[in-house]
Amino acid sequence: MAGLELLSDQGYRVDGRKAGELRKIQARMGVFAQADGSAYIEQGNTKALAVVYGPHEIRGSRSKTLHDRAVVNCQYSMATFSTGERKRRPHGDRKSTEMTLHLKQTFEAAILTQLYPRSQIDIYVQILQADGGNYCTCVNAATLAIIDAGIPMRDYVCACSAGFIEDTPLADLSYVEEAAGGPQLALALLPKSDQIALLEMNSRLHEDHLERVMDAATKACKDVYAVLDQAVKEHLQEVSAMLGDRGMA
Amino acid sequence: MLKSKTFMKKTRSGGVLKIVREHYLRDDITCGCEGCEECSQENPVLQLETVLQSSLCTSPHYLLPDTNVLLHQVDILEDPIIQNVIVLQTVLQEVRSRSAPVYKRIRDIINNSEKYFYTFTNEHHRDTYIEQERGETANDRNDRAIRTAAKWYNNHIKKSKNMAHLQVLLITNDRKNMEKALEEGIVAYTCEEYIKSLVANPELVDRLAAVFDEKNEIESGKLIFSEHVPLSKLQQGIKSSIYVQGTFRASRDNYLEATVWVHGDDTEHKEIIIQGLRNLNRAMHEDVVAVELLVKENWVAPSSVVLQDDEESDDIESTEEKEKILKTGVQANAKPSGKIVGIIKRNWRPYCGMLARSQIKESTRHLFTPADRRIPRIRIETRQASTLEGQRIIVAIDGWPKNSRYPNGHFVKNLGTAGDKETETEVLLLEHDVPHQPFSQAVLSFLPKMPWSITPQDMKHRINLRHLYVCSVDPPGCTDIDDALHCRELENGNLEVGVHIADVSHFIRPGTALDQESANRGTTVYLCEKRIDMVPELLSSNLCSLRSEVDRLAFSCIWEINQDAQIINTKFTKSVINSKASLTYAEAQMRIDSPTMNDEITKSLRLLNKLAKILKRRRIDNGALTLSSPEVRFHLDSETHDPIDLQTKELKETNSMVEEFMLLANISVAQKIYDEFPEYALLRKHPAPPPANYDILVKAAKSKDLEIKTDSAKALADSLDKAESLAFPYLNTLLRILATRCMMQAVYFCSGLDNDFHHYGLASPIYTHFTSPIRRYADVIVHRLLAVAVGADTTYPDLMDKHKAAEICKNINFRHKMAQYSQRSSVAFHTQLFFKTKGILNEEGYILFVRKNAIVVLIPKFGLEGTVFFEEKDKVKPNLVYNDEIPSLKVENSTFYMFDKVKVRITLDASNLQHQKIRMALVEPEIPGITPLTKSDQSNSKGEPALKKSKLDK
Repeated sequence: MAGLELLSDQGYRVDGRKAGELRKIQARMGVFAQADGSAYIEQGNTKALAVVYGPHEIRGSRSKTLHDRAVVNCQYSMATFSTGERKRRPHGDRKSTEMTLHLKQTFEAAILTQLYPRSQIDIYVQILQADGGNYCTCVNAATLAIIDAGIPMRDYVCACSAGFIEDTPLADLSYVEEAAGGPQLALALLPKSDQIALLEMNSRLHEDHLERVMDAATKACKDVYAVLDQAVKEHLQEVSAMLGDRGMA
Repeated sequence: MLKSKTFMKKTRSGGVLKIVREHYLRDDITCGCEGCEECSQENPVLQLETVLQSSLCTSPHYLLPDTNVLLHQVDILEDPIIQNVIVLQTVLQEVRSRSAPVYKRIRDIINNSEKYFYTFTNEHHRDTYIEQERGETANDRNDRAIRTAAKWYNNHIKKSKNMAHLQVLLITNDRKNMEKALEEGIVAYTCEEYIKSLVANPELVDRLAAVFDEKNEIESGKLIFSEHVPLSKLQQGIKSSIYVQGTFRASRDNYLEATVWVHGDDTEHKEIIIQGLRNLNRAMHEDVVAVELLVKENWVAPSSVVLQDDEESDDIESTEEKEKILKTGVQANAKPSGKIVGIIKRNWRPYCGMLARSQIKESTRHLFTPADRRIPRIRIETRQASTLEGQRIIVAIDGWPKNSRYPNGHFVKNLGTAGDKETETEVLLLEHDVPHQPFSQAVLSFLPKMPWSITPQDMKHRINLRHLYVCSVDPPGCTDIDDALHCRELENGNLEVGVHIADVSHFIRPGTALDQESANRGTTVYLCEKRIDMVPELLSSNLCSLRSEVDRLAFSCIWEINQDAQIINTKFTKSVINSKASLTYAEAQMRIDSPTMNDEITKSLRLLNKLAKILKRRRIDNGALTLSSPEVRFHLDSETHDPIDLQTKELKETNSMVEEFMLLANISVAQKIYDEFPEYALLRKHPAPPPANYDILVKAAKSKDLEIKTDSAKALADSLDKAESLAFPYLNTLLRILATRCMMQAVYFCSGLDNDFHHYGLASPIYTHFTSPIRRYADVIVHRLLAVAVGADTTYPDLMDKHKAAEICKNINFRHKMAQYSQRSSVAFHTQLFFKTKGILNEEGYILFVRKNAIVVLIPKFGLEGTVFFEEKDKVKPNLVYNDEIPSLKVENSTFYMFDKVKVRITLDASNLQHQKIRMALVEPEIPGITPLTKSDQSNSKGEPALKKSKLDK
């Protein structure tokens, strides 16, 4: 009746987190052998799978070829079973087209595309379970997959969302918090240089609050970075252990 | 920090949907106890040494109430004696979903640092979180969660050495919960047991809410009312139109009758009459109810009988007798009637009133009579009846069982002796919901530190106008001066006129506690002997008040005006001024009139006065209305504050001079903020009244052979001007008073959400309030908007949100209305005090309205309005003929028309201590049987009313 209290007086959110805390992140790299790179990530209940092919020669129409850098081709999709209600989501609906475009922009900014002229890099991301922050989870999954594929990037791309409820910036919104309809900001950051790869906001937020929300999002992205970096290092250790000492060179 | 997670699966009814939510459990939630060695916490809330002395538990202890205790006994918990309470998150959330007002009160308690209430987030604590078991209801799970937390606390406390003597007591009224708790080794008491054990504070027992327990019910097991239909069934019924939903409005005069205003526009019947105790079925004024319509044969007509509930017994037979009296109405006039089948939402609040002691001396159950006559009497239990007698008290309702004639309630607070000035003021403030508590420390902390001076920082966006000859003109005794004026001649022959308004928004910054408090208060309330400030006194009477000979910050509106009062250009700026004189209206008038005075201030006053006359003329030519309402001022005794004399307000030329420039400033500012912020400007509008409102005015004028045109404001103003009668000079004022009554209420609104801006009374296309920020919150918002528009201040989010603006408007409109009502009540109360000392007076007055069985008389000398009834209880009814067309009323042989001059006798009717009122009786023209008997012929009077009067003569 009274709706959910998104932030209690004691400073706890609906799921028990504090304002600046992320959901639990679990990541695995190299989940598929056939693809050049792949990764699976869970941010709370949002789960995403990313697969990377390439760089390889341009497939399909040759006219897309760029002579000075590689083409980044992205595709975003949501599994039919990813939400509470099973729903068929045809490719190319407006939401996923937009998301595809955003991912493309993000990774064109991060991948050193000029190293691979006249070639193409494919990034496929699928949301297996949606619970808020779909874009951000996709970016994080794709980053890990690209690293797994060994494609050089300027830096990790770490993404995290932030909202603004009751005068407090909240990091990493869950679905319940998103559905409340407050302003939501998605930030994709290159954490070492503090460069912004993509920034998106829906609904209105007063200018005075923007800085605080941005700070919260930046902080959250850096926290995500720490976790991703840890996952990459662990993966590296695992792989090198399998390969023996040769891999460490 | 450890984060583990579990999943909670919930299914919502309707479309069955599986919802998965994460639920993190934490290990960093502290217990909030001062002496705890386990939890590292910065600000422990619960004290190590508690003060409560209970005979049940002699050692220091903390209380841990369950949901129902919180919901029902919030009055007790609010008492300053109750301290060191642990409120569980589970409990708080249940309260939140069940009662918003209680939730708000609990939150206020928790935020009060002197109450030592601690919220323990048990649902996210690693050790106290529990999952719902198969077959367990949500309620049982929550009870278990509460017990788990209580157990955890007791174990936790034992771990720290210096807290070993402490104990956590579970307070629950639920028998099953209690049994289980005791089984699990938790010390638990019911709320009643515990409160009664507080030997040092016996008075708390009275504030216990009556709990519905079988054995607690009133002796007579007989059911008086039919059961209320449960909410789910009501909703079904409303959907299938078996029932209708509406707001219950009790009748002021007849406790056995009420009307229900049906919600929605497309309903067949807008108003449904409910008659008889059983049909009313425990509904109370303002409740949202479900009504079932009766079959047409049983429809009744609204009765015009006045009935007051004054029985002593619970007996309902006598009530049924009375109900028969109601049925006398003509069947032809029968209106849709119904009976209440269920309550959708109660709108109970604490009520002011007085105790009527039970006749049995030892009885602890007494009836309480609320001041508002639409509220039934309430039965309360108290042991202090003898001390509470004759006092104004506050009582809250706990419930109304179906076998009780009256609702049950409990005593909350004693306000003081009835009839006392302070008490009565308190009552009228409470009844009109005027926030009047002293400002809290949090609010006061935002005041500037004294001694205060203007810093270079303050001067950043300001111009220096200290050199100007600025002066203020106000009523005598005014300490919150919010406007000042100046006028000087420019070299090009034009005039420069400045209106300087106190810069309140400089001190009240958006979002602070000070801002929130003033926004809530909305307006300063002026009562006869007292002022309830909107902002703390330091600001209202000192730093913001534009007193003479001191530097003050101002917001100035400066025009260049030519000699014909045409505006050449307008400038708005923040400024610093130094007023040269604070004058009263009379002093200013004297300066203007006296030929010997020729100083700068007087010169500027003369110029202003000249311009004001032109402006006024122009405004009236445009169709602005000059209306009238009788206003009185009391001369109060300086010591006792008793009214000693009464005087109608006198208007001088200077009053209208100041008013004219304030209007000009308001209009200029309204235009400016609307141009700058078409979506967010806070404006004031005055809608044109529907033509039917004027009927009475037109008819009344016609009876005096005058014509009033009402097609436009201009026509109305013109015809009012022409409506003069040489023989009857007061007629014009009477007409204007009447016209005022026809008007609509002016309201604040946000320009983005409305498209009709017209101000009917001032004949201005746009208007706002800018000139009194010390006493009106609307002006503060307007100041902020204007400051942003001229670049003197920065904006903030809520200022640019039209829905927030609309909320503010709604609140200040409500507060303004309530302020007006309380002002009127205050005047009424002082009028009564005045007539108490005067005894009986015979005065001349005019008939303002003619009613079916009465006339309303206005006495210009006192600005007093009263009703003369021609029908009285226990008396032969005179022959009354009412003509709606003229309108006129023929009583025996005399006929009364509107505006007729009559002579009435004014007395104070103190027969009802709670509702003292001024009573008027007709003296001239004499009507046998109506005219009250004079003292000389009292001896041979047989009528009872004369006896009543004689009591008052003494």
